[in-house]
Amino acid sequence: MGIFIKAFLVGGLICGICQLILDNTDYTPAHILVGLVIIGSILTGLGLYDPLKEFAGAGVTIPVSNFGYILTQGVQEAAEKDGLLGLFKGVLDIASAGISASVIIAFFMALIFNPKK
Amino acid sequence: MAVKTKGQTFVFANPPHIVAHASIVGPEESKGPYSEYFDLHLDDAKYGEDSWEKGEERMAANAVDLSLDKASVTAADVDLMLGGDLLNQLITADFVARDLDTPFLGIYSACATLVEGLSLGAALMDGGFADCVVAFASSHYQTAERQYRTPLEYGVQYPPYKQFTVTAAGSYVLGWLGGDVWITHATMGKVIDLGVTDPNDLGSAMAPAAAEIILQNFKDLNRSPADYDLILTGDLGLTGKKVLTTLLEEKNIMAGDKLMDCGGEIFGGQEQYGSGGSGVGASAAFFGSVIIPRMKAGEFRRVLFVGTGALLSALTVKQKESIPAIAHAVVVEKIPGG
Amino acid sequence: MKNINKTTDEFKKIVQKEQPPVNKTANFFKAFLVGGTICLIGQVFQELYMAFFNYSQQDAGTMATITMIFLGGLLTGLDIYDEIGQFAGAGSLVPVTGFANAMVAPALEYKQEGFIIGIGANLFSIAGPVLAYGMVSAFIVGLLQTLFGG
Repeated sequence: MGIFIKAFLVGGLICGICQLILDNTDYTPAHILVGLVIIGSILTGLGLYDPLKEFAGAGVTIPVSNFGYILTQGVQEAAEKDGLLGLFKGVLDIASAGISASVIIAFFMALIFNPKK
Repeated sequence: MAVKTKGQTFVFANPPHIVAHASIVGPEESKGPYSEYFDLHLDDAKYGEDSWEKGEERMAANAVDLSLDKASVTAADVDLMLGGDLLNQLITADFVARDLDTPFLGIYSACATLVEGLSLGAALMDGGFADCVVAFASSHYQTAERQYRTPLEYGVQYPPYKQFTVTAAGSYVLGWLGGDVWITHATMGKVIDLGVTDPNDLGSAMAPAAAEIILQNFKDLNRSPADYDLILTGDLGLTGKKVLTTLLEEKNIMAGDKLMDCGGEIFGGQEQYGSGGSGVGASAAFFGSVIIPRMKAGEFRRVLFVGTGALLSALTVKQKESIPAIAHAVVVEKIPGG
Repeated sequence: MKNINKTTDEFKKIVQKEQPPVNKTANFFKAFLVGGTICLIGQVFQELYMAFFNYSQQDAGTMATITMIFLGGLLTGLDIYDEIGQFAGAGSLVPVTGFANAMVAPALEYKQEGFIIGIGANLFSIAGPVLAYGMVSAFIVGLLQTLFGG
């Protein structure tokens, strides 16, 4: 049961902090999302994202910072195996499922629906 | 030739009549409190076309046609057509003119375009260059939103003072005969920029330009709010109207409840529309369809009609430019004995 | 000489006084609640994928992400996600459902310009920066670790 509460609290807190930044600065949503992804990437480099994921589960894997995590994790793993080549080859290794799904789902949604407003 | 200008104000020796007007409004505007005043209502923002841009074009074209019908003239009788909209390259107005056998000048002052058209049309007529002029303008929620902001279904949060672009078109036929109101003066505005950078708060960006043109009109004609029954601004919205009131009061101009804003009125001040409507369609449809009938009925005899435009583009916002604004004004009066 | 001579700072004060205030506290809690709920739903899917489909934890997480992307995309198509966004702000922007929204919204919007130069060319018009900077920062982090032995 604990993991659900932690996912809710940590995920909610990340969103709440981003809202505070949006409301109190001139940063746009695009800035926020890019910032989160970079933070996710840096935390991964520092070895902190795995413990966070262990602790909060979907609370840190559903926010977009998770893209930073999986992109970086892919690079790390591939670099260990393939060295310099891995730095390029590994970027989309783990992230490919999410990114491919986004593109494919977006295409089919556009096929089915039209904007309403 | 006698000088016809006082300061920034044209004084028309032969005031052109607003012979006829027609308006078309979109689905959201049709739910508003003024719905019944407008001539045609769209229940589909695409107006049966396959794109919003074509829908807007058809809306504007039909408004022009309808106004010509009401004035009992054909496009070939019109000496000059002045039109504009909010889209890049004035694409709506251009495409409306494509289908008509009429000389055309595309004009742009953002949401002050309609008043610019009435001013220029009246000046050209008084100057003897035309006997029948059509001035029209349109705006459209979907086409404006995608040009200026983000895709419609994108879930960004807007502040409570955001305005919503009105889907509407209005067309005015100016001539020498008929109609019950005429344009007696036109005051040309300067571009004013007091440093507003928030593209969600166009009302505040435009309020100084509106204050500027109202003060200029008073100065040029030695008038005060007492000389007008109504001071109608284009699309300041509820927030912009408050800012305008404050700016005028600081200059000891107490316009009070003589101030009305087309954009602030058109949706009836409901919370879901933030600060109200924006877009040139608001003033183009509202003035002709709501205010002119009330002038005919004698409720207002002399109206100062102020168009307000925010001169921004999607790129200037991204480049962190502030938002300059412009306002033009025309004085419209009930024709004596009319 | 203009009639309105104000400095931008003087005018800013007037605007701030007249603008309806943004309720930042309420916005924080709305973002917190909605964002937290979306993460909670993601966690539920992850557990379900583990319990009923025998996915490893990692794969179940990926499946949960894909499910959330689908739901975000569907709610965008159904004209609901933008309403959630107006209410929740960052609460629906930050989760991966918001990423899906950022892909589907332009896809729908540019459908009228055609499948190739409309949908195809605009899919990444909002989500692009996230991927671009995610990939660049992943590369830099990986490079630093390779060079300095992470």
